Amino acid sequence: MKNNKTYMDNVYSWGNKWNIFMMIVLLAFPILASLIFKAVPDWNGLIKGLIATAPMYWAVGVVEVITYIPMLGAGGSYLSFVTGNISNLKLPCALGALEQAGVSADSEEGEVVSTIAIAVSSIVTTVIIIIGVLLIIPLQPILQSKVLEPAFNQILPALFGGLGVVFISKNWKIAIAPIILMLALFIFTGLGSGDVGIMVPVGVLFTIAISRIMYKKGWL
Amino acid sequence: MEFNVNHPILFLIVGIIILFVLAQSVFFLVKALKRAKKIGMDTKKLRRIIISASIFTIAPAVAIVVSVIALSKDLGIALPWLRLSVVGSMSYETIAATNALSGMGLEFGKVANLTATQFVTIAFVMTISIMVGIWLVPVLCKKMKTGLVNMKKKDAKWLDIFQSAMFIGMISAFVGFVFCDFSGVFKGETSGLIPVFVMAVSAITMVLAGALMKITKARWINDYALPISLIVGMASAIPITSLLG
Repeated sequence: MKNNKTYMDNVYSWGNKWNIFMMIVLLAFPILASLIFKAVPDWNGLIKGLIATAPMYWAVGVVEVITYIPMLGAGGSYLSFVTGNISNLKLPCALGALEQAGVSADSEEGEVVSTIAIAVSSIVTTVIIIIGVLLIIPLQPILQSKVLEPAFNQILPALFGGLGVVFISKNWKIAIAPIILMLALFIFTGLGSGDVGIMVPVGVLFTIAISRIMYKKGWL
Repeated sequence: MEFNVNHPILFLIVGIIILFVLAQSVFFLVKALKRAKKIGMDTKKLRRIIISASIFTIAPAVAIVVSVIALSKDLGIALPWLRLSVVGSMSYETIAATNALSGMGLEFGKVANLTATQFVTIAFVMTISIMVGIWLVPVLCKKMKTGLVNMKKKDAKWLDIFQSAMFIGMISAFVGFVFCDFSGVFKGETSGLIPVFVMAVSAITMVLAGALMKITKARWINDYALPISLIVGMASAIPITSLLG
């Protein structure tokens, strides 16, 4: 029988299977630890801990999935939501690769390029963490040295400086309003560094709304 | 079996899970590369993308190792290794561990030796709380991508603008984040300027790389401009912090 599935159909099928499998594998860690060490969770602590943590994480998770899927592409989304570190690593990496390849995120080339960039980034990250864990004793004094501490503290500004200049210069008309809004919110309303996750969807929705108005008025 | 947070069996389980994570990434990489060749994409260009993505990843990945070290003081090495290799981040995991311990009447950072029960409870809270994206992507991905395809059929120009607006919205939130401690400047505190200057150094490096590429016509500069601006920005944080910190 002839296989009429497109590449995208296959991506959805592979991704669904992989992510459901990974979910089971991840849950296996606490279950196995519990069985091996014959330790039942502290149910009271577990419920209290989940009530304090899960609703917030789930709400942020839902918003992140809706916000990031159109930017990461399908293959990139399946991978990124397993390997994590999306806004501080996977998404900038995919954006850089799309820019480097000169392809649009919504094209098939864009889907392939962002999947390749995110897969490579995930592999390199995982391997570096493995090396770090294996060499944790000799590496600890170097990586936690006072000299290097400021460099690791400033990864996000260093990352978004380079990335920002590329995308803002190309889309400066639609960038003005959201940047002014975000600067005003972060400087004058007391938003802290921990609020950036929730401000990403706010920024995205605001920019889409402003862009739509400008597009309808023929300014873009 | 007597429990301790660094028991070899925990490393074995985490190692196997990490192998599955690697396998998924390799699987998607191979499939995407095969597709790229099939649709006639330039192999040299793909190779440059792979090299550039690898270099770009090194510094943030080393920062994740720093987070593993930081969390290992309380949780041992195996659990932070797993949580920061799969889905998690330093801030998420710290909050989850703090809440789980607090639910048991304990305080994060002040527990000398975790018992197996405490460890398992923390691991469950971390795992259940963080995994929403893993199952929600299969639920929503196809529907959302199909919606984008329909949007393209209706109005291709608007989809272009829509995609750019999403990127700009995300970037503008992070530009705002860089200024989150800026208000201290009004009270004479200069430390809030550190991320602003670091971002400026990174942006200037990017502009210079672009100018150099235009002058020399060396296309390879474009391939490495983003990782270079990241590294230069991070390196600049060291003298900037000593001046303003």
